[in-house]
Amino acid sequence: MNGAFAASLARFGSVALFLLRVLRACGPALARPRLIAHQVYNCGARSLIIIMLCGLFVGMVLGLQGYDLLARFGSESALGVAATLGLLKELGPVVTALLFAGRAGTALTSEIGLMRATDQLTAMQMMAVDPMRRVIAPRFIGGLIAMPLLAAVFNVIGIFGAQLVGVTLLGVDQGTFWSQMQNAVELSDVNEGIVKSLAFGVICSLLAVYEGYNAVPTAEGVGLATTRTVVASSVMTLVIDYMLTAAFLKA
Amino acid sequence: MPAHRSLEIGTGLFVLLGFAALGFLTTQLPGGKLGFVDASNGYRVTARFDNVGDLKNGAPVTMAGVKVGRVTSVAFDSTDYKAVVALSIDRQYDRIPDDSWANVETAGLLGAKYVGIDPGGSETYLADKSQIENTQSAMVIEKLVNKLFAAFAGKSGGSAKEESHKP
Amino acid sequence: MTRDLVVDVRNVHYGVGSRKIFDGVDITVERGSITAVMGPSGTGKTTLLRLITGQVAPASGTVQVFGDDVAAMRQRALFALRRRMGMLFQNGALLTDLNVFENVAFPVREHTRLPEPLLRRLVLMKLHAVGLRGAALLMPQELSGGMARRVALARAIVMDPEILIYDEPFVGLDPISMGVVCRLIRQLNDALGITSIVVSHDVQEVSSIADRSYLLAGGKVIAAGSSEELRATPEPAVRQFMEGNADGPVPFHYPAGDYRAQLLGSEDLT
Repeated sequence: MNGAFAASLARFGSVALFLLRVLRACGPALARPRLIAHQVYNCGARSLIIIMLCGLFVGMVLGLQGYDLLARFGSESALGVAATLGLLKELGPVVTALLFAGRAGTALTSEIGLMRATDQLTAMQMMAVDPMRRVIAPRFIGGLIAMPLLAAVFNVIGIFGAQLVGVTLLGVDQGTFWSQMQNAVELSDVNEGIVKSLAFGVICSLLAVYEGYNAVPTAEGVGLATTRTVVASSVMTLVIDYMLTAAFLKA
Repeated sequence: MPAHRSLEIGTGLFVLLGFAALGFLTTQLPGGKLGFVDASNGYRVTARFDNVGDLKNGAPVTMAGVKVGRVTSVAFDSTDYKAVVALSIDRQYDRIPDDSWANVETAGLLGAKYVGIDPGGSETYLADKSQIENTQSAMVIEKLVNKLFAAFAGKSGGSAKEESHKP
Repeated sequence: MTRDLVVDVRNVHYGVGSRKIFDGVDITVERGSITAVMGPSGTGKTTLLRLITGQVAPASGTVQVFGDDVAAMRQRALFALRRRMGMLFQNGALLTDLNVFENVAFPVREHTRLPEPLLRRLVLMKLHAVGLRGAALLMPQELSGGMARRVALARAIVMDPEILIYDEPFVGLDPISMGVVCRLIRQLNDALGITSIVVSHDVQEVSSIADRSYLLAGGKVIAAGSSEELRATPEPAVRQFMEGNADGPVPFHYPAGDYRAQLLGSEDLT
């Protein structure tokens, strides 16, 4: 028990130190926008379809559940507000982060892990190229850029999904749906979601590159590292989500 | 290098889409005007209320429970301290008597406010840019509760005390 | 000193955990020569390369390259040193997301601002030198093991290094590819004046090209000299390795408990 605690503490410390190394490598990496653009494509554009599909269905479910709940209080007219706030503040950033961990995070981990296993990272070091700058930092920054954009797409699609169910299927008035929402939602609500998805972008990208970089250089080791990426990213996303929510409610 | 090119285009499209979504969220949701409702297809009528409660832009206008149009603007007139509500009513409903009543009503107990129209008996009908003269303000729950209390207090003999509170 | 030493490893001790890998190793590499480091698997040949390239530091003793102590270098100095070295990895270690041309161009793009036409010419020349100019647009996954190693060799020489280090260049190659790589090592060494260090356990191939060979076993250098000298050594450990005998001073059996006692079940497997 004590040993497990010490081990998880050590892991936290090692991730934090790795973050410092990544941040130090980010400066030089920013001078290579092409490398970063490539990673934005890998993390973002390639996850777009799954994000849009999931956003649609999450929004539709919100429309159904929200309607059912609000109708019990005779306030279906607040469906737009309820669905939008739910998406903006919680479901958008969180579900996007979970999907990101499963789609882009695993891809990053296994890619870097395989580069480790096939000596590509060592070979770079031998060519006097720092893999932190050439490989790790661009992927970290790419993930960081992609996350809020994916979450925004998720939210927009989700809102239209909720409208599809609420207005088209269940008969909530369209004008009410939008006008109630537009009057109740504030810029701070939108910003809260953006801040959250930026935080999730940091943690999910960081864990993905960390696990890949430190993967045991065998097929099994890379597989394990990939699993750890998903588990750790998901848990950390939810933990940080709670902390941020609490912080925003206090502010 | 066609592979390179398509990758760049893909990245560009993705970033563009992402920022478009961000832009939509930040500008259209909080206080946005975009309602995805076509209000151009109606004739415009105004009504002046003492109090509209929290009647919102885009709220429906109904007659006998059927939607006939929607609210296109809610403004405050500082000359007579009244709320000026503009309604857009579908052209097919062109036989609404001009002495009809416009009431701000509430959907359910807690629901959103909307404008309900009770038809009058006049032979002339509302036309574009006309005004509904007879209006009834929103029921404000707090006032209602106060009235209820007052009536209750009056019955049990403490009405003088209660009345003295009111300016 | 009259000899021009490029690499000078002196009395190096190194271990991982409680396991000792080197116990006082001395190795010198002369400029322009091909030096072979041979030894059975698991004797730390690859570790020696990691010491020379500054990936790890010795517990005691010094490793000097071009007269500077590698272990004392900070990253910047180390990277400057590594630009003067080329290294060929066991499996080639080509970057899997770049094609052959871009792999060879990689160090040039990273370290210089060479105009594209010049870079193109340079890369094609290096690819031509290893006979793979025609494979420039293939991806690493499409190459055979021997081809991948030749591409890696082109990449290793693209920056015109002074030292070339080969880590097991012959492992897993068919006889033809082996001969090709062998010839390339010799040619590059002679034509470009590169100092070469070859780590291998393929005695035949290595001794055919090496000017001087070191034989490592048990954490020490047990023999050094030209191929002929090594072959003529009466020392049993050297003979065992050079002739490939199964048992000898390097035992066939990993250290174990009493065989009879274990089979009869009276002793635990520890």
